[in-house]
Amino acid sequence: MIAQYVANGLLIGSLYACLAVGFSLIYGVLNIINVLHGTFVVLGAYMTIYCAQLLGISPLISALVGCAVMFVFGYLVQRLLINEVVAAPVFISFTLIFGLDLLVNNAMIQGFTATPRSLLVDYGSISLFGLSLSVARLGAMALALVLTGALYWLLRHSQMGRAIIAVRMDRHAAALLGIRVPRVYAITFGIGALMAAAAGGALALVYPITPLLSGVFLGKSFVICVLGGLGSVPGALVGGLALGMLESFGTIVFGSQWSTTVGFVLMLLVLVLRPTGLAGRKGYE
Amino acid sequence: MPRRTTELLRGGALIVVATAVVLFGFGANNYQLQAGTTLAMAVVLCLAWNIVGGYMGYPSFGTAAFFGLGAYAGGIAQTYGLPMGLAWAAAALVGAVFAIVLGAILLRLRGHYFAIGTIAVVEVMREIANNWDALTGGAIGLSLPILAGSPRFAGIFFYLAMWALALLALLLTVAVARSKFGFGLRCIRQNEDAASMVGVDVFKFKVAAFVTSGIVIALAGAIYASMVGFIEPKDAFNILLSIEVPVMVMLGAAGTVLGPVIGAIVYVVLRELVWVNFINFHSAILGVIIVAVIYFIPKGLLREFSLTRWRKWTAPPAPAGQG
Repeated sequence: MIAQYVANGLLIGSLYACLAVGFSLIYGVLNIINVLHGTFVVLGAYMTIYCAQLLGISPLISALVGCAVMFVFGYLVQRLLINEVVAAPVFISFTLIFGLDLLVNNAMIQGFTATPRSLLVDYGSISLFGLSLSVARLGAMALALVLTGALYWLLRHSQMGRAIIAVRMDRHAAALLGIRVPRVYAITFGIGALMAAAAGGALALVYPITPLLSGVFLGKSFVICVLGGLGSVPGALVGGLALGMLESFGTIVFGSQWSTTVGFVLMLLVLVLRPTGLAGRKGYE
Repeated sequence: MPRRTTELLRGGALIVVATAVVLFGFGANNYQLQAGTTLAMAVVLCLAWNIVGGYMGYPSFGTAAFFGLGAYAGGIAQTYGLPMGLAWAAAALVGAVFAIVLGAILLRLRGHYFAIGTIAVVEVMREIANNWDALTGGAIGLSLPILAGSPRFAGIFFYLAMWALALLALLLTVAVARSKFGFGLRCIRQNEDAASMVGVDVFKFKVAAFVTSGIVIALAGAIYASMVGFIEPKDAFNILLSIEVPVMVMLGAAGTVLGPVIGAIVYVVLRELVWVNFINFHSAILGVIIVAVIYFIPKGLLREFSLTRWRKWTAPPAPAGQG
């Protein structure tokens, strides 16, 4: 019984890691709180759903299409709008992005309506060591983990990834070394949007999605990033799994209606007691 | 002009405006009364936020937490039979205690962390109000006893009450702006470590500012609750309020006495004019206003169109080296 809760926690935790990793990356590199993140997740989910349903292609390919589109969207949003306030105080950038989020979210509600939609894939479930695991959830988990891992690898080994890390360590020094900082910013933002879309695509396999959920996704990203330490990929993984477990077991202890609150309260505790996150030091990869 | 004359003129202007506001209340129709009360509430919230967000420079998104807390504290006190005035006092007290506790915890954080922390508090409070059915009525909401007398009397009463609170908030802001306390807050905004170095008791100042702001916002919440007679968690702890208020203040000019008032007036008038016609695009229009304010008037209307700036434009350019 406990093992089943652990398994559920890990399954949802991997999705959470993927959900938060883009948010964390953008925070680390651009030093802004991306309030649009939840909206990116929902947009990614909708693109996956519509691609799969209207064009009849497999959910996996649809999710990748959604990722590509969101990368371009994120790149443009940063280049055209957010780049103007990147160096401004937190209050300015936060409020501006919140304004953009209100705009996009209102457009989404008008365009997609608030009705929940989902892909409703039923691949059945498999039994492993006496645990029942839904195949769709396992697939979503695999997609999330593969993409998070790929991001980690790219940041460490590709030229652009190293440029991103350089900018994050010291944007002035990076500029002196010939790195085009605004371009790195825009690409980072694009990657953040891409990861959000991937999480959205994976979530669409498991949960019904509505535009109203964007705030929930944003809130979870906050919690996960603070738990794991704002701004690092491994931190997002740790935070995601921690929140997954916490929600899974919190449901037993406190009842399901308190699961969000438990996450937020834990986040406040971590913020105050250990602002670098549970994973410890501020990571750079 | 000698300082004394300026002071007298300002006092006179305040009295004239206050009289006009009171007279308007007695002559207005129901819609105007309601709009006037909304405006007064916006002015109160903006002035209160301005102490923490403007003078002290801490990006607080916790307005909705204090507002909702005040609304629920006052509302619950009233349902337990406390008279309205006492219920409002209770709400102010609860707001103060909450601000001390929360301030002692959250004000250790800076920048992003403080912003995130205040938002999290709003979320937690809403969930608590949602789930603590026995005390708050849960998601269904809480109904308050209605004020005796005709609806028109109630309308005028709450209109005046809200404007009285606005006046109080304005006088409080003036007091803060002119005192050593306000000076200390401005020091903290510019450089907290340096302020601490020159002898500002940073932590005490920050908590005091948080408490001042929290009491006023909680009072506004309590008056609002008595006025509408029904509160529910998603209304009382609405995160949009936490965003709207700073935007209004920025629109006017943060860290000034009149900026929040001007911002609130412009914003509320804009909202009344535009939103009535586009009810489905409520939040999109708010989004457009936010984006426009940040791109085009980040320092606020008051500073954009101030006399000094006008003089700077018309005066010969300053010699180089003076920045």
